[in-house]
Formats: sequence, structure tokens, C-alpha cells
Amino acid sequence: MFSKFDVIETIEMIEKEHLDIRTVTMGISLLPCIRATAGETSDAVYDRVMQKAERLVETAAELSSEYGIPIVNKRVSVTPVSLISAAFPSESGKIGAALDRAAKELGIDFLGGYSALVHKGTADYEKLFLSTIPEVLASTDRLCSSVNVGSSKSGINMDAVRTMGEIVLKTAQLTKDKDGLGCAKLVVFCNAVEDNPFMAGAFHGVGESDTVINVGVSGPGVVEHALKYIPDADLTDAAELIKRTAFKITRAGQLIAREAAKRLNARFGIVDLSLAPTPARGDSVAHILETLGLEVVGCHGTTAALAMLNDAVKKGGVMASSRVGGLSGAFIPVSEDIGMIESATAGQISIDKLEAMTCVCSVGLDMIAIPGDTPASTISAIIADEAAIGMVNNKTTAVRVIPAPGKKVGDEVSFGGLLGRAPVMPVHKGDASAFIRRGGLIPAPIHSFKN
Amino acid sequence: MRAVVTVTGSDKRGIIAKVSAFLFEHNINIEDVSQTILGDQFAMIMMVDMSESREAFASVAAALAQLGEKIGVTVRLQHADIFDAMHNV
Repeated sequence: MFSKFDVIETIEMIEKEHLDIRTVTMGISLLPCIRATAGETSDAVYDRVMQKAERLVETAAELSSEYGIPIVNKRVSVTPVSLISAAFPSESGKIGAALDRAAKELGIDFLGGYSALVHKGTADYEKLFLSTIPEVLASTDRLCSSVNVGSSKSGINMDAVRTMGEIVLKTAQLTKDKDGLGCAKLVVFCNAVEDNPFMAGAFHGVGESDTVINVGVSGPGVVEHALKYIPDADLTDAAELIKRTAFKITRAGQLIAREAAKRLNARFGIVDLSLAPTPARGDSVAHILETLGLEVVGCHGTTAALAMLNDAVKKGGVMASSRVGGLSGAFIPVSEDIGMIESATAGQISIDKLEAMTCVCSVGLDMIAIPGDTPASTISAIIADEAAIGMVNNKTTAVRVIPAPGKKVGDEVSFGGLLGRAPVMPVHKGDASAFIRRGGLIPAPIHSFKN
Repeated sequence: MRAVVTVTGSDKRGIIAKVSAFLFEHNINIEDVSQTILGDQFAMIMMVDMSESREAFASVAAALAQLGEKIGVTVRLQHADIFDAMHNV
């Protein structure tokens, strides 16, 4: 049983502190859609997604109304398209277009899975698939793409890293009229997870069952608010409070996930325990760190504060849910977090500090605008650094940078909505092209050999 | 099905009477009522049983919200499971 104070606490969390279910994501296997030609496969893909996710938006609205908690995004993730189009890779764009059309007709926010897994090597069909990404992202609206270039077990595919630097740059150039928006829909991963409900990196892994529901919870505002009540507590007590708060948030996610899976005739996949910010005030991970005592996110101490936050969120969340997965931790996207935007605009946080922060939280360099004239080799080098952090530390890392066409340090890019806005941040000028040109595979670290 | 009705806003005459009458008309049984102060606002929390109600949950919730607007307070109807899930281990 619960008390009247519990009822009021929940209502305050939802109405004043931005507690919401950030996303209900339906993972759909496309493996049964493979046909002899690109045209037939596209038709089968479209039909399957439309049929499986037909009631996704409606069901989310029902759940939101019954439980009184907002469900912000409704999304779909699919089997990496490079596997579905392997027999006709240069025509992969047809499948991308079919998926984008389905996403629009279903009324969902984003559909993820225009993806390839090339962490140990890039097959010929994957090379052709990768080359289609810029044009597909420029000609679609809701389709997201991700490429896994490394893993702790396999090492880092530096040929793919080199290619992805070029693809990120080309994607920005093809969407230059929208500040390089295409790059906001493209993530390069190391240790990508197969059940991530968050975009742009969601895809439905081949090890997953046919149709699953994965839910991402949110609530940085709830954690920030709770911490404001204990301004003088030591960090042990602060961690404990974050844990308790994460527990409550996750329980809401677990309830929605179970219920959504039941009503949509899908399996309950996982709850992703992430604290995902939005550009709205009161919904910021950066502000949690500042509430812990930092003058501004990015100053010395930020990495330690984030490490504590990330760990406490996981501990509270794991206790609350029978199935935990996805990225699970604190997100630090620059353009999607008002505290990050303000710190970056004031020059208080650098890419180097963000990179350090990615060593201790669940994601990577995310939604960072960099100068439009950044060479592809520098973007590849940024990807390589992040992938190395992920590979060595057995964690997921990602790069989602936007080389903003025609813009330089101090300018701003604006994508609107949840994608937010970001100042263009400086990158190091030193040339890494000779290193990137070497290609090959960075071998997996010795501690990955556990068998 | 158990649900929770919460009413928040500035206190005025007839809130309990009007909300209770609505619940009666919609075959919803009130099991428990409590009141408290939420910041500087009045808050009433009702545990209700909706097993006799024949209407869709969403339409009852919408009608209650409308009633709240008429009275000048916020009225919500939520499935009790959300509170159970968040506040019990």
C-alpha cells in the first residue's frame, strides 16, 4: 500500500520535475522480410513494420492516460538494414525509404536501424551499404543510422573508422541547409548494445526475439530536485538519495514496459535506466552535477561527480527492474541539455573534458557541433579515441558530432525540439591523418580474453 | 480496478460534493478519502474502486478533468498501480 504522501510525491515528480517515460521503443526483427530483390524486400519490410507497430502510438496514449505519466516518444528499432540488404547493398536506400514512410504513417518519432555492425571487418556488401548512409539520411526524416566500429572482444576496425569520418562529413554537407541535421541521426559506436531504446543508436539485434518492447525512462529533474533538499549532505548520502530516486523512476518505466508489451502482443525486453535530458529547464543532467556543488559543469570535479551519479542511477535501477539493458546511465548530449548548452556557450566545457566524462558514464561524445571545415581524418580520430575508451573499459561509447557546414567556433547550430541547439566547439588542430590512413585493426585488449 | 483521484488547487466550497457526485453517477465507489496541504494548496486524495464502472478509463479521466476545470481545481484519475510500483519494494 502507499500513503497520501507517496501519491503527492509522484504527482509533483510528473508535473513539476519533468518525470516522464522518455521512450517506448518496439524492436522488430526484419529477418523474415528478406526477398530476392530490393523492391520486394522493401515492400515486405514496410508491411511488417506497419503490421507490428500498428497500435504502438495508440497504446502509448492509452497507457499515458491511465497511469497519468507522459510518454514522450514512440519509436521503432529494426534489425540492422545492412543484413537485410546484403544481396543488393547498393539498393539499401529503398529499404531506408520504406522504413521512413512507415515511420511517418505510424506517427512515431524516429525509427532506428539503418545500421551496420563492422567491428571486426567490413564486408564488401557492408562497404556499399555504408556509402548509402549520407544520401539516405538526407532524403529521409525519421530514419536513424548507426554503425558499430569496435568492441572489447574484437578490437577497433580502423578502416571503418576512416570511412565513418568521411561519411559523417558527407552527411553534414548533404544536409547543410539544416545545419547538418543528418549527423544528428547518425551514431558511430564501440560496443553497441542490441536492445537500446534511445535514438539515434537504436537497432534490434539479431539475438533478440521477434518483437520486443524496450522502455527508456528519464527524470534528471527529479534527481536534481531531490538533491536540493540535502545541500549539506556528504556524497555517500547524496549517492544513496540518487539511488532511491532512480529506483522510483525505474519502477514507473518497468510498469509501463510490462503493460505495453502485454497490450502490443510483444515480449517485454528491457528498461533502460538512463537519465536523459532535454533542452527544457529543469530537465538537465548538467544541473544535477552543479547541484552536487560544481560551479559549472565542465570544471574540475565534473568527472568524479558524473561517475557517482552514473553508478548510483544503475544501482537504484537494477534493484527496481527485473530486466535492465540498453545504455543505462547518465546521458551528456551537449545540444539536448540546457546546462551543457550554457556551459559550452560560455566556454566552460571542452571536448577534452567531455571525452573524459565519457569514461565514466553510459554514452559518448553526443550532439556536439564542431567547425564545418574539420577534416574527415580529424572526425575519424575523434571516433577512434572514443572507441578506444569503450574498448578498453568494456563499455559502450559513441560519437555523434555535427561538423556544421559553413560554421566556425562561436557560431550556433539549432535543430529544434528535443535535438536542441549547440554552440560550435573547437577541436584540436593537429593532424592525425597519417595515423588514420594506416587502417587495419587495433587488436582487442588483453583483458578481453576471458574464456 | 483500483484507481486514485487527486484534486489539487485552492480550497473552495463544494469540491468534495461535486467530485463525489460525479463518481457516484459513474458507478465508482470511494474507498478512502484523505486531505492534506501541498505547498500552499489544498490536496484531496481518494482511493476508488472502478470495477463497476462501464466506461472507458480514458473517457472517465477526461470527464473528471473537465469537471475540475469547471470548479477551478485540477482533478486527475490514475491507475493505482503506478503508485504501488514507485513506492513499494
